[in-house]
Amino acid sequence: MPTQKFTLQIKLLLQNSLLVVEKYKCRRFVIIVPICFLLFFIESCIKEENTEHKSEKTQFLNVPDSLYLIKANVKMVYIKGGNYKPFFGSNTATVNVKPFLIDERPVTNKEFLEFVKINPQWRKSKIKKIFTDNTYLRDWPSDLELPKNAKPDAPICFVSWYAANTFAKCAGKRLVTLDEWEFVAMADADTFNARNKPSYSNKIVDLYLQKERQYNSVKQTAPNYWGVYNMFDLIWEWTDDFNSVLTTGDSRTGKYDDKNLFCAGSATSATDVMNYAAFMRFGMRSSIKANYTISNLGFRCAKDTL
Amino acid sequence: MTTTRINFLATITIATVMLSCSTNSTKADASNSTANITSAADIVAEGNPEALQVTGAPNVPAPIGNRGAKKLIVNLETSEIEGIIADSIHYTFWTFNGTVPGSFIRVREGDEITLNLKNAANSVMPHNIDLHAVTGPGGGAAVTTSAPGKESSFTFKAINPGLYVYHCAAPPVPMHIGNGMYGLILVEPAGGLKPVDKEFYIMQGDFYTKASTIKKGLMEFNNDKAVAEEPDYVLFNGKKGSLLGANKLEAKVGETIRLFVGNGGPNLTSSFHVIGEIFDNVYIEGGSTVSHNIQTTMIPAGGATIVEFKVDVPGEYVLVDHSLSRAFNKGCIGKLKVSGNANPKIYSSNKTAAAE
Repeated sequence: MPTQKFTLQIKLLLQNSLLVVEKYKCRRFVIIVPICFLLFFIESCIKEENTEHKSEKTQFLNVPDSLYLIKANVKMVYIKGGNYKPFFGSNTATVNVKPFLIDERPVTNKEFLEFVKINPQWRKSKIKKIFTDNTYLRDWPSDLELPKNAKPDAPICFVSWYAANTFAKCAGKRLVTLDEWEFVAMADADTFNARNKPSYSNKIVDLYLQKERQYNSVKQTAPNYWGVYNMFDLIWEWTDDFNSVLTTGDSRTGKYDDKNLFCAGSATSATDVMNYAAFMRFGMRSSIKANYTISNLGFRCAKDTL
Repeated sequence: MTTTRINFLATITIATVMLSCSTNSTKADASNSTANITSAADIVAEGNPEALQVTGAPNVPAPIGNRGAKKLIVNLETSEIEGIIADSIHYTFWTFNGTVPGSFIRVREGDEITLNLKNAANSVMPHNIDLHAVTGPGGGAAVTTSAPGKESSFTFKAINPGLYVYHCAAPPVPMHIGNGMYGLILVEPAGGLKPVDKEFYIMQGDFYTKASTIKKGLMEFNNDKAVAEEPDYVLFNGKKGSLLGANKLEAKVGETIRLFVGNGGPNLTSSFHVIGEIFDNVYIEGGSTVSHNIQTTMIPAGGATIVEFKVDVPGEYVLVDHSLSRAFNKGCIGKLKVSGNANPKIYSSNKTAAAE
């Protein structure tokens, strides 16, 4: 009981601090105290692990006992959230996206290597068969070796949803939801919602049409309005609920749940038939299963604001 | 409609029965032509599945001839490859089996076809296949969507003879088709089409690129032009000049020619015409009705036609979409070169006589 109360207090503190960050960016001193406190708290919980010196198992954040936490160095960006119109659904229905934090860029080769170093069961030779198809980390010559010529800072690909989801957990995070991802994807460099700009979709389509771009390093191109990088120019990304668009009984879509994502069927329930970029994205999502590993499919992580 | 259907089925039944009477039936033939067959769906495909040979345009696989229905395997691979669309202009084509149009698939009614679709590992996009010869959801598209590096498979029975388009139907479909993802599948009736001397495979398509004028470099699909249906190129077999120069189709005087002509679109309807020829036979829209003495025949986007004619006079015959700006300005032109002796009874110039 006292522990719970303590945790609650931490949560409240953090929540306050984030609100303060949002509202009074200039008065940084106001938040220094709670942030220090938070850092101390996190430090005391996380013990860095490596294969030689396994010490504590993970004790919080719903990480299974068998997993070890990894150090997440990627900057997370605060997304204020709000209402947005999903690509599939009625033209008037909106979905509320709650505030959240998102990795500013996709998870990299280097980071995934660290993950499998300290979590051997997710190595190429050890991964459980139900968690992947037969191309997991396809080009890695061995369990702890990146492919020759692979840039450590290029996004990790050939990982299944299960692997991505586990990585996220071990980073103390989770995968981005489809709505969150699409919410962030509305932005261009200048506005948080550029969907009505005539060039919006075409610019993304141009990026999508380039092959072999997943081998480039992250953060080599300009960020969007939120400060988020590489939403379109490197890879497709797993989302937590990537296949939700195909499930029936989704209250969000109601009568629109019969989505034949082939032929012209896909156009009948889309809210913007000119958004070819979104069609391409949803087409991709509709073609994958959680155990798939693909040459240009990676992921990034998100986190709730406490 | 119903009457037509019954007539049609009756014709098939009679044809199969006659076939079995007139030939030394193989085992497969015999089982296909039992009197109680009322529909092509009831034709039994015999034997173990065999891999089917397919061809790239303008070549056509050998006729099915007199064979019985079989179990066949068709392997197609989708890929996104850079190629030349016109002159020195490169374009990123999306293809079936690495060519535009995709491989020609030739089967007969009653065949059971297992179609294996593999999407190349280095594809960016998922792809699938909708064959208009298939009876069932999406023409196969509902069960063949393949992510990059993945494969899918389904089996269908060809129950309607005719010439059909197949295409990728992954969203956004106009883009997949606009990039070249289409081909033809011919379902021959029992007994096969009447033999001819030469057969060719041609497919028209409209292309929408980033180029506003001719310029060098790699071009990609232009969405706005596609929506406006204003192509930069309208082409036979995916490339300007694919049937010109060294690539001309060739025949000899006296030969009968059969063209399998499809139109991938995604948007334009073709007014297919061969300058200097009259089509003796046109299988209207690739179906079972044959019309005669046709100058120009319409081929809808996502449709096909079979035209037949005998070449009587030597010379060059120009294949066009007779919406002529497409031929004149956008590349939709090809040639059939006919060699052999002149035939003044049918065609002669009066120039020499006038000079004398």
